[in-house]
Amino acid sequence: MAEQTKKRKAKPPITESLLTSGHRACAGCGEALGAKLIMDAAGPNTIVTTCTGCLEVFSTPYPETAWRMPWIHSLFENSSAVACGIDAALRAKGKREGINIIAQGGDGGTADIGIGCLSGMLERNQWVLYVCYDNEAYMNTGVQRSGLTPYDTHTSTSPAGKQSFGNPIAKKPLLQIVAAHNIPFATTATIGYPADLQLKVKKALKEKGATFIHLHVPCPLGWAYKTEETIEIARLAVQTGLFPIVEMRYGEVTRVRKITKERKPVEEYLKLQGRYRHLFVSEEGKKELEKIQAIADANIEKFGLV
Amino acid sequence: MRKFIEGSMAVSESVKLCRPDVVAAYPITPQTHIVEFLSQMVADGDLKTEFINVESEFGAASIVLGAAAAGARAYSATSAQGLLLMGEVIFNIAGMRLPLVITIANRAVSAPISIWNDHSDAVIFRDAGLIMLFAEDAQELMDMHPQAYKIAENPEISLPASVNMDGFILTHAFEPVDILDQKLVDDFLPPFEPVYKLDVDNPITMGLLAEPTWYMETRYKLKETMEDALSIIEKVADEFKEKTGRYYGGLIDTYRMEDAETAFVAMGSLVGTIKDVVDTLRAKGEKVGVLKIRSFRPFPAEKIREACSNLKQLVVFDKSYSLGLGTVLQEELRSCFYNRKHQPIISGFVVGLGGRDVPPQSLIDAYRKTLGKEILNEFVDLNTKVLGG
Repeated sequence: MAEQTKKRKAKPPITESLLTSGHRACAGCGEALGAKLIMDAAGPNTIVTTCTGCLEVFSTPYPETAWRMPWIHSLFENSSAVACGIDAALRAKGKREGINIIAQGGDGGTADIGIGCLSGMLERNQWVLYVCYDNEAYMNTGVQRSGLTPYDTHTSTSPAGKQSFGNPIAKKPLLQIVAAHNIPFATTATIGYPADLQLKVKKALKEKGATFIHLHVPCPLGWAYKTEETIEIARLAVQTGLFPIVEMRYGEVTRVRKITKERKPVEEYLKLQGRYRHLFVSEEGKKELEKIQAIADANIEKFGLV
Repeated sequence: MRKFIEGSMAVSESVKLCRPDVVAAYPITPQTHIVEFLSQMVADGDLKTEFINVESEFGAASIVLGAAAAGARAYSATSAQGLLLMGEVIFNIAGMRLPLVITIANRAVSAPISIWNDHSDAVIFRDAGLIMLFAEDAQELMDMHPQAYKIAENPEISLPASVNMDGFILTHAFEPVDILDQKLVDDFLPPFEPVYKLDVDNPITMGLLAEPTWYMETRYKLKETMEDALSIIEKVADEFKEKTGRYYGGLIDTYRMEDAETAFVAMGSLVGTIKDVVDTLRAKGEKVGVLKIRSFRPFPAEKIREACSNLKQLVVFDKSYSLGLGTVLQEELRSCFYNRKHQPIISGFVVGLGGRDVPPQSLIDAYRKTLGKEILNEFVDLNTKVLGG
């Protein structure tokens, strides 16, 4: 085919983000900010897949799209497999070099319903960067609990009540599960530290195999906090030890973000969010805070964060 | 070149000749031989394709979806439970208008678990937007795959197509097969030129959210396309005939129907058995023929009515059953003739579920019951002793 041999056209300079403004995300949406940072770090020679969820819904209501790059949404649980198909197609056509492929999913689309396809992609070490936007519940359907919802979190399917402090199950250790597939690069990141996130995107895209970013993205609606507090809350998750920033290569921890100087008690993070309000109204709730502090302390010890 | 090969080998040879860019599949009996042969061809360097071993049929279908969206010719094969696991993706592939081909080695659906043949798996997908072709023997399978790609990839169609073959009866049986010539296939099936694809030089958004303002129109376009596919399937069959001299009918095929009063209707390998039955009955002077449904979706109602315009009755032998309604093919045919001027008596028999043998005499016995009568939804060769109260 003549088209295949044609040289790639020179691209106009980027004057606006590859994820344009004007989409329908909520004010203060951590996921929208994260996607914008990632796409701009990756650049225009990138093909993007996205699972069903907020990111898909707010950015592509027909006939509008916020994506200035080739983008596809298929289903809830297969953005990794669709990306693998694209990777295979480009390889078959001899057009794989110079193109980034980024697959995206939310916490549910990644760690719950999509973990089978994701594991396949990681096992085959296909040349795809997978980004999990973790806002710690199924936000698009109205804040239901996912496998990445933290312990004691109030959601609409793990509500706090007279006999419950919310989600009784600890957050699934997604990074370790992913890294156990022995892939070249897997990391956590947060929109609280945008420069670090973009650096991690660039590190990931240097590898010609499966890479992974577990991105913490606060959600003002689902977490019940003020829209202007997204960045502060994102940083507090890291500073308390509840969301450690850890890079892993081939299953080994290679880099962590130390919180020695900025370490804070978990209450400072939790008290800003309505989803933990129930922990601050009773003596029993205070005991629960101790359990959450223990989770943070364990993270800090495990990854040597101080 | 004529070879004595297994039906699955005929399929893999045919798929190889179609030059797929990406093959993704997961093992399931009785489909496995097809992808085993394909993977051996890749291992031997005889087939240049990206062959991906996946973690599930859901993954396989999603990978071929992604590959087709990126402009590649993609292929997968499955059976029964695997097809059901692909289900969500197949509806999605069709809705996204992505052409690709999936071979379905037809097998009963669990429970009880059965690895043996019937059509229960495929017929579930009649509403999916999947083009569904049924082959009778290994030669037709060899010839159907290039046709399936050509139909699917037609820019006016751009839909997934399935080639259905009876599990074991066709997948595991050896038959002499004329292997198509590569040059002929290349000429018949040029490289895939997608209508749209994911391309960094021409970024587009695929798989958008359709609010109530838009959804109905997209489904309407699918309906129109399925109707358009009727003529494309025939056109492609004619083109194939010109190149090879082989023709199986486009949407339907008929056998000894000239002066027939009764037609036996079926899909797949059962048609072969029924042809023998017809020969037997014809030798006794009975005016019977065969109506073979080659395209189950789109359903060729008009063609069927034309072919049956002089018939007194249709006797349907169906390998599937819609629980709570009736045999699937029987119901399709009844609605096809409803309120029409010419209405043959239609009877429907269920045969061969879960691999139950279908002896010619059972078909003859069933036919004898119908003379002048409508018999619906009757299960043939049931062991009534084990049915209990």
